[in-house]
Amino acid sequence: MELKKVPLNDIHEQLGAKMVSFAGYNMPVSYTSLLEEHKTVREAVGVFDVSHMGEFFISGPKALDLIQKVSSNDASKLVVGQAQYSCLPNATGGIVDDLLIYKMSEEKYMLVVNASNIEKDWNWIKSHNSFGAVMEDQSNDYALLAVQGPKAMDAMQKLTDVNLEGLKYYTFEVDEFAGEKDVIISATGYTGSGGLELYVPAKSAENVWRKVLDAGEEFGIKPIGLGARDTLRMEMGLCLYGNDIDDTTSPIEAKLGWITKFTKDFINSENLKKQKEEGVDRKLVGFHMIDRGIPRKGYEILDMEGNTVGVVTSGTQSPNLGHGIGLGYVKTDLSKPETPIQIAVRKNQIKAVVKKLPLI
Amino acid sequence: MNIPDNLKYTKDHEWVRVEGDEAYIGITDFAQRELGDIVYVEVETVDEEIDEGEVFGTVEAVKTVSDLFMPVGGTVLEFNESLEDAPESVNDDPYDKGWMIKLKLSDPSSVDKLLSAEEYKELIGE
Repeated sequence: MELKKVPLNDIHEQLGAKMVSFAGYNMPVSYTSLLEEHKTVREAVGVFDVSHMGEFFISGPKALDLIQKVSSNDASKLVVGQAQYSCLPNATGGIVDDLLIYKMSEEKYMLVVNASNIEKDWNWIKSHNSFGAVMEDQSNDYALLAVQGPKAMDAMQKLTDVNLEGLKYYTFEVDEFAGEKDVIISATGYTGSGGLELYVPAKSAENVWRKVLDAGEEFGIKPIGLGARDTLRMEMGLCLYGNDIDDTTSPIEAKLGWITKFTKDFINSENLKKQKEEGVDRKLVGFHMIDRGIPRKGYEILDMEGNTVGVVTSGTQSPNLGHGIGLGYVKTDLSKPETPIQIAVRKNQIKAVVKKLPLI
Repeated sequence: MNIPDNLKYTKDHEWVRVEGDEAYIGITDFAQRELGDIVYVEVETVDEEIDEGEVFGTVEAVKTVSDLFMPVGGTVLEFNESLEDAPESVNDDPYDKGWMIKLKLSDPSSVDKLLSAEEYKELIGE
């Protein structure tokens, strides 16, 4: 299958990025050094091209009804200009995808979904659209640039009249940015370092990318690849669909109870409510390595007696901490912070400890 | 890309520097670039005699873990312990400070079938 290309594909290749296949797209994994890129976002500002993400628009008088039916969080609480993290539960206890829901106007919402799930999510939502809501897949019409880091707002202010410092976390405005009209300027992100996500019409992507780099130059901005995006989100303990959550993990097990609201009826809500009340057998936890070793997806988690009690779903060497960190499912009685566990790294059992999130 | 003429190479992107019946082993400039930032080199096979093609250790970049294979058979005499604290030497100086193990060759003539610098350059399309 031929790899799909994002609008800025040629720019990434000209910058010398190492490109990889990710969710069917040819994407930059790193431009210079993953560790340097990670540090740039934690300390200054970096820009990611995450245009592979999908954007669906749902509109009409029944838009909210459809969204409430398929999503776990309570979208009726959203006001125009606000976004919400949510997930799409399936009928068998798992998760179809996690997503952001933006309230664009009283009867129009934007759903931002994972690239690998665009088709699956579209079909899933469509199959539940007995309400007659209008659905549009505009994934190819939008580029998405994430400008992230403690200096992001300062660095980007000269490109827009919107007061960026005043833009509260998980709110957005639709306004002119870098001379381009109708940019969705959103105070969201997947790094834990603050900043913006910019939904830009695809034809304007190159101009916005160049102006973002120019405006950020005095703040030390650099382009950042998907490699650092992954280590940044892991340090914050943020889930990645396909690793930490999937069709078989329930939002309650994944500690996404905070986005699972039983104030309304939604797909599989009765079963999930029961899980919340009665408890679950396993839970997603974060952990630090105590002894040297780097956890990786699929490694077994053991108790101190050496019995298998779970599995690692994400792991890396934390660039900030300089030692291994990870996420994984463990039996619920071992899920409390500071519980000692072990990770099976090749033929060794390496000491680790369950930690509260974020991991740094 | 730096591919020194005085070394031997393997298709697994390792280099071998032969000194009599001993040899130093590391990974090539091409390999370190592909892996990205290296954060851990684990070798727990010192004093073991290992056959050609068997695993003698692992190298971990931030994102990936890769096995290290014996280019030729031999006994692992030494692990470059400076890599414990400075694994980034493999990125910065793959052919010198970034060496990984020193070994005693089981059969010194076995190095003859390794790739020359020219052959290795061809392999990686340089």
